[in-house]
Amino acid sequence: MSSDLVTKLPLPEETLMAEPKSNIERPLSPHLQIYRPMLTMTMSIVHRMTGAALYFGTLLLVWWLVALATGPDYFAYVQNIAGSFIGRLVLFGYTWALVHHAIGGLRHLIWDTGRGFDLNAIEWFARANLVGSIVITVALWAIGYSVL
Amino acid sequence: MSFKTPLGSVRGLGSAKSGSEHFWRQRLTSVANVPLVILFVIIVISSLGKGYGEVASLIGSPLVAIIFLALIISAVYHMYLGMQVIIEDYVHGEGVKIAAIIVNTFFSAVIGIAAVFAILKLSFGG
Ligand code: HEM
Repeated sequence: MSSDLVTKLPLPEETLMAEPKSNIERPLSPHLQIYRPMLTMTMSIVHRMTGAALYFGTLLLVWWLVALATGPDYFAYVQNIAGSFIGRLVLFGYTWALVHHAIGGLRHLIWDTGRGFDLNAIEWFARANLVGSIVITVALWAIGYSVL
Repeated sequence: MSFKTPLGSVRGLGSAKSGSEHFWRQRLTSVANVPLVILFVIIVISSLGKGYGEVASLIGSPLVAIIFLALIISAVYHMYLGMQVIIEDYVHGEGVKIAAIIVNTFFSAVIGIAAVFAILKLSFGG
């Protein structure tokens, strides 16, 4: 669309005579792979990955709710799957994704107020997000096992 | 003819015609999700080790059911908005993009309706 506009504009003589420049290799803006990987970068990507994981995790929550509404037999069947080794592994991952995404989301909300943009704060948040999500996830599962 | 000023007629319209609205709803549901997710975790932990009847009446009890309904509505809307942004960022073919956005909408709607139905059934009995 923009190229259509350009060709319709009256151009100075010399521009019309010039060679088409479309095949000239222009420098591209720096892309991700030329940067040294940083924790802040990783945490940003992980926020999106955990969001996507939670998207499909909601399916598990709804499965559990529908099983509960269906009746004791089907609920026992789903609880068995959830309680199996693989089931617990998935739920542990789900817990971590939820905690990590929640902390990362809070950081986004703080950024939205225009605060927390100096490099120290950004670096601190990235570390707090990683360490905090692991600590809280393990703590929640410890509480869970002590209740069981 | 329109009496709007040129600026007035484009205000609030981004490339997607509703960008700022999308952004705002994503933030609003983020804020709502924080307390709801915390309550959700507490409810799930307190349901551990309980039998069918106990869990069913816990989730169906008015306070818990209302919290779950609020969580489902907020979280499903939030994840629907979020997934749309992911699709817009990574899916570039126009046809595939529209298809992905339709699938996202239907998936989120079905998930949300199923959850709301299950919670209401647990609350109202039957
Ligand atoms: C615990 C509270 C939560 C908070 C504070 C939160 C916050 C956020 C924020 C601020 C964003 C936007 C990120 C951006 O603009 O780049 C986001 C994206 C997203 N969230 Fe959440 N969220 C929460 C819970 C959830 C839950 C429960 C789900 C799934 C059911 C979810 C799924 C998503 C998805 C799919 C995205 C899109 C990811 C992206 O665009 O990078 N979130 N969340």
